Amino acid sequence: MNRIHGKMIKPYKGPFDGVGKVTSSLREAIQRADLKDGMTISFHHHFREGDYIINTVMDQIAELGIKNLTIIPSSLGKVHEPLIGHIESGVVREIHTSGLRGKLAEFVSDGKLGTPLIIRSHGGRARAIEAGEVKIDVAFLAAPRSDKMGNASGNGKYTQCGSLGYAIVDAKYADTVILITDDLCDYPNIKPSITQDLVDSVVVLDSIGDPNGIASGATRFTKNPKELKIAEYAANTIMSLPLYKTGFSFQTGSGGSSLAVTRYLKENMKLNDIKASFALGGITQPMVELLEEGFVGCLYDVQSFDLTSTASIAKNENHIEISASQYANPSNKGCMASMLDFVILSALEIDTDFNVNVMTGSDGVIMGASGGHCDTAASAKVTIVVAPLYRGRLATVVEKVTSVITPGNTVDIFVTERGIAVNPRRKDLLEILEKTTLPLVTMDDLLEKVDRLVGKPVPIEFEERIVAKIEYRDGSIIDTIRQRKNTL
Amino acid sequence: MEIVKSSSAGTLDSCDIQIRIETNEIGTNEIYLKSVVEMQFGDQIKSLISGVLDKHNLKGVTVNAVDRGALDCTIKARVESAVMRALGREILEDWSVIHHDK
Repeated sequence: MNRIHGKMIKPYKGPFDGVGKVTSSLREAIQRADLKDGMTISFHHHFREGDYIINTVMDQIAELGIKNLTIIPSSLGKVHEPLIGHIESGVVREIHTSGLRGKLAEFVSDGKLGTPLIIRSHGGRARAIEAGEVKIDVAFLAAPRSDKMGNASGNGKYTQCGSLGYAIVDAKYADTVILITDDLCDYPNIKPSITQDLVDSVVVLDSIGDPNGIASGATRFTKNPKELKIAEYAANTIMSLPLYKTGFSFQTGSGGSSLAVTRYLKENMKLNDIKASFALGGITQPMVELLEEGFVGCLYDVQSFDLTSTASIAKNENHIEISASQYANPSNKGCMASMLDFVILSALEIDTDFNVNVMTGSDGVIMGASGGHCDTAASAKVTIVVAPLYRGRLATVVEKVTSVITPGNTVDIFVTERGIAVNPRRKDLLEILEKTTLPLVTMDDLLEKVDRLVGKPVPIEFEERIVAKIEYRDGSIIDTIRQRKNTL
Repeated sequence: MEIVKSSSAGTLDSCDIQIRIETNEIGTNEIYLKSVVEMQFGDQIKSLISGVLDKHNLKGVTVNAVDRGALDCTIKARVESAVMRALGREILEDWSVIHHDK
């Protein structure tokens, strides 16, 4: 096959080749793409738990008898449980993803996927694709709206997902791009996220996703006093630092505490007439409110989480879609994350060296997503991790995290409802915060406190077999996950 | 002590534990536990429950416990309540002073 710059080239067949892109069925599109045993296919996760595409496409591929595929979705959810069947029947051999949840995650944790799962961050995935470490043969990209040439966008008649940031990288680097939509609009679809020059086929299905699973309605503010306390501490920490001034930039996660930080910040910004230059990341309603009320200059959106943000990206000029590479790829010529002043991130576990786990539950089972956690932690000038000291009976602060997603040398401050711990590496921050009334503690203090409250758990046992490799954003393996030992 | 009726205490809410107590015919105590943290804390929770039963000199009691990640203080309080109800002593005057251990 002829390749230029790693990309398959087709010989010239006249000026109108590609005009008949709309195929009558998914099956025909797959056949036309010449999908074969052992190839690599990709998907995006903008439809989150409302995604119909991965299951529909995999069923069709299985019917065609194609086997041993590597699938590299940008992430997977509980809804992708049927992949278990395709692994067992040999259709899927290898999986690369950011997140893994539910029954499929248990299946993998039990060592039932033949080759270890590869876990990548959002920036790391974009890097690996652009660097050619993974070559996508066929990308199956769902879009809420497309015209017949494949100009595709994130808001359609039946489904709305806003930004298509993760899909953009796949569209640019896959050999074959199959665009799947349920809203075929008149040509041309203006302001597309994915442009026609990148698309091979367009498939129209009756339904591509469940709107309720794609984007939640209104984002509810947490009323949980613990989360509010954490948010207040985190916001006060930010406000105490000299970087907090007009022109600052920030990103918050979508957890209860993170969202509430935005609310506390806004009150203070209003009071002191401080305006942020930009906010980044997965965009949610509180950020859109900041934009519309003039507290932030613009939003850079790789993923829109709720209906407020999907609507905003369509109507607000300063609500700007960016690709996963623009967002957090460490190897391009400058990702947006590298311009962040503050990032507020969550954690399942954090250890006394500030290493963070957002991937594996305390019972050793995979249950989360790497996401942009390690990308933004490494990039932002001040990285703040927020989490309760314990959840249920499980400690968040531990001696050693079950698996490392974000290394402790990129985490600066940890905020809990029982105090704020500053990484000893950041003496500059510690010096400033010591002059405030904020309750500063050390990680050892927190560990001792939580041990007293929840008791010492029996250590989880693992088998020898490695079920997952965790790639850091630069492609190095930062940790592995071993098969859980079922001790019950 | 003799149990006069079956009883229960607690809820299935997160961070709580539901305890049901009834008599059995085998003469010794049995504890059945379902817990979201069974692997990490199962044995500790069972021994905690069993300790409360022993303190009241209860024998031939079956405890069914469904734990949703409760802390030790919660588990103890729920078992104490269930025991008191099973003994028919809900309105005991010295209820608040009897069982405070360190």
